Parts: sequence; structure tokens; C-alpha cells
Amino acid sequence: MLLNQFLLLAAILFSIGVYGVIVRRNGVLVLMSIELILNAVNINLVAFSTFHGLDGQVFALFVIAVAAAEVGVGLAIVLLIYRNRRSVDIDELDELKG
Amino acid sequence: MWFLTHTWLLPAIMALSFLLILFFGKRLPRKGSEIGVTAVGICFILALFTAGGWWNHTNADSSEAAAGTAVAAATADEGDPEAEAAALSDVEPGCSKVVDELGTNADDGNSNALGLTEGESAGRATAAPASAAMASDGEGRGPTKPVVRCSTWFETGVAGSSLITIGTMVDGQSVFMLFVVTIISMLVHVYSTDYVKGDRRYTHYFAFLSLFTASMLFFVLSQSTIQMIVGWELVGVCSFALIGHWWEEKPNSNAALKAFLTNRVGDIGLLVGMIVLYFAADKSFSILDINILASNGGIDHGLLLLASCCLIAAVMSKSGQFVLHTWLPDAMAGPTPVSALIHAATMVVAGIYLVARLYPVFWEGLSIAGSSVNLLALVGAVTAMFGALLAFVQKDIKKVLAYSTVSQLGFMVTALGVGAWTAAMFHLFTHAMFKACLFLGAGSMSHACHHSFNMVDDYGGLRKIMPRTFWTYLIATGALAGIFPLSGFWSKDEILAGHGSFFSDGANGTYHLMLVMLIIGAFCTAAYMTRTIWYSFYGEYRGHGTPHESGPRITVPLIILATLGAVVGVLNLPKKIGPIEFPESLHTQFEQFVEPVGAYFPSISHASFNIPLALGSLAVAGAGIGLTYLYYWHDGLKFFQGLSERNAVAGFGKNVLVNKYYFDWLYTDVITGFVKGPAARATNWFNQKVLDGVVDGAGATAVAAGEWVYDNIDQKVVDGAVNGAGVTASESGGVLRHLQSGRIQQYTALFFAAAALLAGVFVVAIG
Repeated sequence: MLLNQFLLLAAILFSIGVYGVIVRRNGVLVLMSIELILNAVNINLVAFSTFHGLDGQVFALFVIAVAAAEVGVGLAIVLLIYRNRRSVDIDELDELKG
Repeated sequence: MWFLTHTWLLPAIMALSFLLILFFGKRLPRKGSEIGVTAVGICFILALFTAGGWWNHTNADSSEAAAGTAVAAATADEGDPEAEAAALSDVEPGCSKVVDELGTNADDGNSNALGLTEGESAGRATAAPASAAMASDGEGRGPTKPVVRCSTWFETGVAGSSLITIGTMVDGQSVFMLFVVTIISMLVHVYSTDYVKGDRRYTHYFAFLSLFTASMLFFVLSQSTIQMIVGWELVGVCSFALIGHWWEEKPNSNAALKAFLTNRVGDIGLLVGMIVLYFAADKSFSILDINILASNGGIDHGLLLLASCCLIAAVMSKSGQFVLHTWLPDAMAGPTPVSALIHAATMVVAGIYLVARLYPVFWEGLSIAGSSVNLLALVGAVTAMFGALLAFVQKDIKKVLAYSTVSQLGFMVTALGVGAWTAAMFHLFTHAMFKACLFLGAGSMSHACHHSFNMVDDYGGLRKIMPRTFWTYLIATGALAGIFPLSGFWSKDEILAGHGSFFSDGANGTYHLMLVMLIIGAFCTAAYMTRTIWYSFYGEYRGHGTPHESGPRITVPLIILATLGAVVGVLNLPKKIGPIEFPESLHTQFEQFVEPVGAYFPSISHASFNIPLALGSLAVAGAGIGLTYLYYWHDGLKFFQGLSERNAVAGFGKNVLVNKYYFDWLYTDVITGFVKGPAARATNWFNQKVLDGVVDGAGATAVAAGEWVYDNIDQKVVDGAVNGAGVTASESGGVLRHLQSGRIQQYTALFFAAAALLAGVFVVAIG
């Protein structure tokens, strides 16, 4: 097993995640794409930890915990948006326009 | 000795009299005149005693000196400091720095006394033979011992000159002036009680007579130059008040102002001169210091010249010398007794007295000895000649006498200028007597002729009506003209001989030009005085009413003065006239007791009497009288009758004289007119155009500069920067706001793009 195979996988996952975040209109799917990005990072951390000690795995656990919290807050926001607008299309959420 | 040390009493008494008259005069039965007459009488007696005291003092000195002659002769080459120290032993400590030093040095046996350095000692040694020669001249006089007393007036606090003293300096010169001032003042007081009787300011008049006398006595006794200035100014103020006594009439108050203001011109010279002398004499105001340092070469010649020129300006105004004499004839606006006092004993002789008092300054400064012309002599001679010419065309008898005074003062100034110090003082003395007599005589006539002084129109034929006035006036005229043996002959002849010109020997220099001018002056004097006699006493009475002889209070002073004017000449008889030798107790008494000898006076020599000159001047005076006599009494000299109408040149000459050489025209029309006309306009123009132009221009420039700054700097640069910053911010905001689309995904895309870019850069940079 070579490290670069894991890195390649993580890169693909990361790219898919970024693509999802940038392109998808559905808020839930955006959140899911963010999960993909985070997991791509987790793969990287775990892959490097097999060569350099267990620090990466501890970090990965932290990231999983933080990601869980993040998704909790994110879903709550999306739910509230939906309650107010009857839609989770984030293209319509442009009140921050300057 | 008591009288010599207490001469301060004289001015004090007169000043007290002034105050008493001013405060209590009106309540007294004689309206204050009794106080004045009593006070001046006491002063006269004191002056007599002072003169007696001085007589004894000098005689004692002479015998002492005679005893020490042999010793003095032996030590004469060394400048004889001890004898001089002894001579100044009557000077109170503190009155003179030089004398104080001399005293301490003499105690130490230091021969280098008088503060002389080596070089100056050498200079002094050359002067010593002159004094030795004088002593061998048979005069045998020891140094004069002036009696000086002083007290501190105030302290200046300036280092080196902390004390300003006030006091009395008594020597022959001041003693004889005390006598002159008090006797003339006394007679004038007595005369005035009749002359100004019933005047509306009778009390005021006597008060000022007292103050006038006090000021003059104060001036005469001066111990320091500051005191002299004070006395000088006091005399000026009093003359102002008395000339303007009848100020209700405009010409009178104008005359008073003119006298005062003209004197101010010369007073500038006085102040400058005194200040120069103060610094020149090592910061001392003491007259003794100044005189001693000036005569022993302790003061630079240039400084002395400067000081004497300044002081000559003062003399020109105070003593009515050309060109500042114009106030003096106008001063006739005052009451006649005042004119007599001003012109005989006070005021105008102050200038002469000043020169005589500070004589070493002039002697050294103008190099009087051995020269043939100097400023002082020239001013005097010009005055003597031109003043006498002016007296010819006056109708007013007092103006004739006024110009005569101007001319006679010129004689005195010339005498001082040519080195005939004693002659000048003696002429002052004799002139005081006969000129006072003439003025009072004129007053007596005006008293008789309805207060008119116009002798041509209102007098005539008074000889029979006023015999006493006539005879006294005649005697005084003779004295003034210099007729033998009246007093004026002796004093005038001494002055003429003192020029050292033709025939004379023993004088200090050779002043031919001045002698000629004075002889012309003497001729004119005789002639114009004869003219006044013709108009006043001969012919028919031309005035109104019936004239009458004046009362005894007027005629008695006249008789006294005429007598004195006739006989005082014997006080200074020459040593010998041709073959006739006078015994020692008769000749040159005035010189012996008045002229100082010693460190504080230059060693002047005296011209001897010479018969050709005396006969010549007598002939000139006689010619003046004779020609005038022919002209008026016998209608002779037909050629001259009405000459000024027939001949243009003579007419022009007369016009010049009638207009007083156009001096008044020059002063009032040209100078004053120029100042208030063109000069004032030019100044105004200058002020309006140039000064205001500069100021206005500066203002306008500032406004323009301000506007330019506002328009260009403030509006464009400063506001431009501020606005530009705002505009830049707003426009860049306008550009940047498009980035703020509110689309989160766009932000995210940017974020990742930037992150990728940075990562790329990072990799390239590190890698």
C-alpha cells in the first residue's frame, strides 16, 4: 500500500466536496459536500499517521467530533431557513449582497 | 569768613520773600511790595558784607603769598602742587573730586598732585613759565582761594558719580555778581513801587521780581553745572512771567512766548554742552573739577571744543547774540523796571557769566590765546556791530536800548572770546549800572508821557520838564558811548586793548577783525544814543497832556545809578597812563579781587593801557556824537537828510534795518511758515501716500495672498486631498461592491481559488 494512493483518494474526495459546495443549490447537499471535504482531510490525517505515529489519528477524531457539531448547527440553520422560506435553495439567500 | 560760607542765605531770603508775597502779599497794606523791598535790601547788605569778606580773604592770601614768594619761585618749575593744594583748602570735602584727591595726595607728600600723569605734568610745566612771568610782572598775586560749600542734593546710585551736590562757590566773580544783582534789583524794587502803582497784578509782579532775583543769585553762586542749569532755567521762567506781565494784550504774551521758546533753542546747546563736560571731567558736575581738568590738559581738546560750541549756542540765546537775539527787543513788552533788571543784572548776563565761569573750557577749547579768530569772538563782534546798526531805525526808545544791550553784550562776548576776561567782567559791571539807569530813565519818561515809548512821536523837549531824568540819562549815555572819564570809557577801552591788535601789547592774541567791528559798533552806539537824546529831550513836546517830573522813588534810583555809572570806572584804572603811574592801591583793583588766579583758571595776560587806542576810540565816539549833533541840532549834513527816499541803495539799507535784517521774517514766515505750510503738506503727503501706501499695500498684498491661498492651496490642494480621499474610497467601494454579490457559493469559489493559488505559490516558493 502506497501513501500516494490514499492521498489521491483524498484529493478526489476533496475535489468532489469542493465541487458540491460550489455548485449544489440545496443547502443539505452543501452540508454533505462539506462532510466530504472534512473526510478527505481525515483520510489524509490517518494515512500520514500510519507512517508518522498516532498524532494524525487523534486529529482525525477531533475533526470527526467537530464535523458532527458543525453538521448539527448547519442542519439547524437549514431547517430554520426552510421554515422561513419554504426552500433551502441557497441561491436565493443573497441578503448579504452589498 | 562767615559771610563767605553763608552766601546761600541770599537766594534763600529772596525765595522766601517770593513765597511770603505770593501767600500773604495781598493782605498787607502795601500789597507785598514791602516784603520784596526789605528782602532785597537785606540781601544787598549781605552782599556788601560778602564783598568785604572777600576783600579781607584776598588780602590775607596776598600777604601769605608774598611771604611765600621766594619759596614759590624756587618750586615754580615743579608746578607747585602744594601751593595749589593750599589754595584750594577752602573747598569743603566732597564738593570736588579733584580737590579731594589733591588733599590726600598732598598729605602723602605726593608731588604728582592734581591727578596728572607724567605727560600732563610736562604740559603743565610749559604753562608754569607763563605764570612765573605773570608773577614777575609785578602783580605778585598768590592763587585765589575760592570758598566752596556744598551739600548733597541727591544720590544717583550710578557708580563713580553717586552724588549730585548743590552749594555755593564764592570767589571774586560770584561776589561781584552778588553785588551787581542785589543793587540793581534793590533799585528796581524801589522804582517799581511807584512805576507799577495800581497795577492789577501788583502783588504778583513783586513776587516774581523776588523769584527772579533769587534765581539769578542761585545761578551766580552755582557750585555744580546741574545747579547752573537749574538757575538758568529758573531765570528763563521768571523772565517769561515778567515779560508777559500784561498778558491780556496779545503782543505781550507773544513776546513772552517768543523769549521763552527762543531760549529753549539755546538751552539744547546748554544741556548737550553740560553733558559733554560731565563725561569729559570724569563724571563730575563740579565746576571746580571741570575747570581744573580743562586747564591742566586733563580733558581732550576736541571735547572742549565741542562743549564750548554747544555752550556758545546757549549764550547766543540767553545773551541775545546773533542769530538768536530776536527775542530780546520783543522782551520790551514787559514793564520797564523788568527790562532794566533783565538787561542789566539778570537773564541776559547769565550767558556772559556762564562763559566766564567755565572759562578754561573756552580758553582751551577755542585756543583763545595766540589765535586771531574764534567762534566766540566772531559771534560777539557780529552782534556788537549789527545790533548797534539796528538801533538807528527804532522809534521806540526801549527798543533802541534793547538793541544797545544786544550790542553791548556782543562787546562782552567778544572780550571773552579774545581772552580779555577781566575786561568782559568789568564791562558787565559798568554796563549794568548805566544800562539800568538808561532803562529806568526811559521808564521815567514814559511815566510822564502817558505810558508811551514812542520817542519820535510822543516825546520831545523833556529837558526842561524833567531835569533829573535828563541829567541822569545824559550821564548814562556818556558812559555807554565811552566818554572819558565815565565808567564805560574804561571798560570799553580795556576790551579794545584786549584784542591785541594795533598799538596794544600784552594781550593774548591778535584779533584785528574783531577790533574793527567793535570800533564800528562803538561809533554807532555813540550816534544812536545821541539820537535818543535829541528825540526825547530837545525840540518841541509832541505828545499829549502835560508831562511832569517823576517822584523821588523813581528819580533817586536814577541818581544813584547815574552816579555809579559815572564813577565805577575808577575801580579798574590801568597801572599807568602814559607817564602817569597810579599808586598800587588805586589801579586794577577790580582785576585783583575778581579775576581768579590758580589751578582752576587759565593764566591769562592783560593788555596794558595804550593812549593811541584810547584816543582813537574816544575820537570815534566823539565823531558819532558830533555827526549826530550836526544832523539833528543844526540840520547839517544835508546830504544825509532824506537820503533813504532819494537813493535806492540807502533805501534798501534802511529797509533791511527796519525789518531787523529780516530775522523775524526768516523765523516766523520762512521757517515756521515752511514748517506749517509746505513741510506740513509734504509730511502729510508723505504720510498719506507713502506711509499709508506702504501700510495699505501691505494690507492689500496680504488680502490678495490670502485669496490666492484660499483659492489654490485650501480649495485645491487641501480640499482636493480630502475630497479625493473620499471620492477614491467611494469609487473603489463602488467597484468592490460588485464582489459582494451575497452568493455564498461564489465566495466559496473565490476562497478555494485563492487557497489553491496560495498553495501553488507556496509550493513554488518552498519547493
